[in-house]
Amino acid sequence: MILGLFCFLSLLTIMSALSVILSRNPVYSVLSLILCFFSIAGHYILLSAPFLAVVHIIVYAGAIMVLFLFVIMLMMRTSDVGLTSWVKRIGSFFVVGVLGVTIVALMQRGTLVLPRYLASVEGSVSSLGRVLFGQYAIPFELSTILFLSAVVGVVMLGKKS
Amino acid sequence: MLTNRSKVVVNKTLTFSESLYFPAIFRGLMITMSHLFKRKVTVRYPEQTRVFSPVYRGLHVLKRDEKGAERCTACGLCAVACPAEAITMVAAEREPGQEALFREEKYAAQYEINMLRCIFCGLCEEACPKEAIYLTPRLVPSSFKREDFFWKKERLLETVENRVDVSRRLMRPAQKGAA
Amino acid sequence: MLDLFFIIQKLILVSAVLAITLVIAMYTTYAERKLAAFFQDRVGPNRAGPFGILQPLADGLKFMFKEAFIPANANKFLFVLGPSISMIAACMACGVIPWGSSLMIMGHEVPLQIADLNVGVLYLFGVVSLGVYGIMIGGWASNNKYALLSTIRASSQMISYEIAMGIALIALTLSTGTLSLKEIVSLQHGGHWNVWVQPLGFIIFIICAFAETNRMPFDLPECETELVGGYHTEYSGMQLGFYLFAEYINMFVSSTVMAALYFGGFNFPFLNSLGLSHNLVTLLGVGVFFAKIFALMFFFIWIRWTIPRFRYDQLMRLGWKVLMPLAIFNMLVTAVLILL
Repeated sequence: MILGLFCFLSLLTIMSALSVILSRNPVYSVLSLILCFFSIAGHYILLSAPFLAVVHIIVYAGAIMVLFLFVIMLMMRTSDVGLTSWVKRIGSFFVVGVLGVTIVALMQRGTLVLPRYLASVEGSVSSLGRVLFGQYAIPFELSTILFLSAVVGVVMLGKKS
Repeated sequence: MLTNRSKVVVNKTLTFSESLYFPAIFRGLMITMSHLFKRKVTVRYPEQTRVFSPVYRGLHVLKRDEKGAERCTACGLCAVACPAEAITMVAAEREPGQEALFREEKYAAQYEINMLRCIFCGLCEEACPKEAIYLTPRLVPSSFKREDFFWKKERLLETVENRVDVSRRLMRPAQKGAA
Repeated sequence: MLDLFFIIQKLILVSAVLAITLVIAMYTTYAERKLAAFFQDRVGPNRAGPFGILQPLADGLKFMFKEAFIPANANKFLFVLGPSISMIAACMACGVIPWGSSLMIMGHEVPLQIADLNVGVLYLFGVVSLGVYGIMIGGWASNNKYALLSTIRASSQMISYEIAMGIALIALTLSTGTLSLKEIVSLQHGGHWNVWVQPLGFIIFIICAFAETNRMPFDLPECETELVGGYHTEYSGMQLGFYLFAEYINMFVSSTVMAALYFGGFNFPFLNSLGLSHNLVTLLGVGVFFAKIFALMFFFIWIRWTIPRFRYDQLMRLGWKVLMPLAIFNMLVTAVLILL
């Protein structure tokens, strides 16, 4: 049953991710991206990490995508971004190439196996907190500094106008 | 400044305790709460009707005299007095043998009040020399059709068996004094 | 663990909770109309049945038999999707609420909670944050400028108040030490309600709950004077009914969450000293829980008919400049007190 769920979720993830880039209407793209996030959250739950799943939904689906949708709904009428077609083509080739190389590199490093879906205590909030603030305290704090600088930058940009 | 109740508008900044809003909100909540237990002012209409004033001016009635003859003599004073020009009539002469039907030699063959024009001012009643038309504390029934508001003589006239009481209106002190 | 008894028990619980939620939401519309009338010295609906008790049914029937019109320039799929998402997001939150402790049925202990997630509080928070999609999608799909303005207002309002709400919740979880709703409720056993521990947090939370449910002082997304009908300007029939219904479900759910998080949930004084059987105590507890919920819902309605609507800049100022710093202050004070 869990394998079935995994296959369903993976299919959903891939389909919604494809629909993000294939649909012509940007609002549909955003909505399929939200669906994609939900199916990824489902994967987290299968990996017995409910905390990650819920936080993923709160942060990405609940906050960031709302802002995306917000901006797209406001900007819908303004037409193209102003890129010529050859810039687009080269850009997309570049991105796909980099992604492909990354995936190949990852496949060589480790073996792609279905993760072991076992209920473990690893997913609980307190153990995650301990790992985050103990073992990975410095990367965690560094990322908060990154966010802080982003906040300061946004405030600066807002002040200018 | 005549009533000493006018307030001068000041855009004063709120003090700290005012800017907390909570005392003001609490006071507002207490006011609404007190209204929760107040007497309800609604008149539950079909079961309960509003009490009309004794001199309420509603639907007209054409009166008959004691013997049951129509009082109206089609003089047209009501139509002249009517500010809304709601009253029209056609006069006719009384034939011999119709004495029981009509009081005077002349009577209204047709009499019509357009209730959509009428403003229920009561001037027709004041103008009538024969005490033939009165306004009563009855309401004009509602309808979806325009024609239903053109009240012909047949609908306005009281029947012999079913007299409409207008004694309340006759007791008006102003009219008594004038008479 | 996945035996038949378990599945049947959960199925019954889910359908019972859904049914109760919908019925309560229905009768909240009635309570709102009746209380609004009482606050204004009127009688309120009193024609359908004795005291107008069948009014919600009449309203529902009216919604169902009216034409659900879809405007020609609207995006048909999203137009229908919007109200559905609103409704689903509103109902989803009921899944983690502990309605009572547990019942002993045929030797099995049946907990009166659909799912005891160990991240229950976060789940609630996530579901609440999804509610805005219903409004956004529906409002955008209507292809109406008022609806679009309303969605913009709704989304910015919800995001702004979610932050303060989340930080207030962090302070609460700091003092309880758990994210499971069931544990939070059972920790409040014996009158140790969290509202005594976190009074400031509770005030922040309830203000944010008003904003998240689009209730009166913060109902800017649907304010009639400026935006015609807000995001449901173009809606009619049962789709409009879904939107209106979702608002009342949200109100019920947020009252439930507040009752569980801050007012001790199904705990009541002298819980164990009455000498009653386990099942009876549980049922009494459910009753007490609902009494608390109804009191909070009354407060929602009471506020609605007392306080006028905020202006939009005031709303944003309150959210970002007052509530968020207050919530952070509350969280820091709580953290320091726990450390000491």
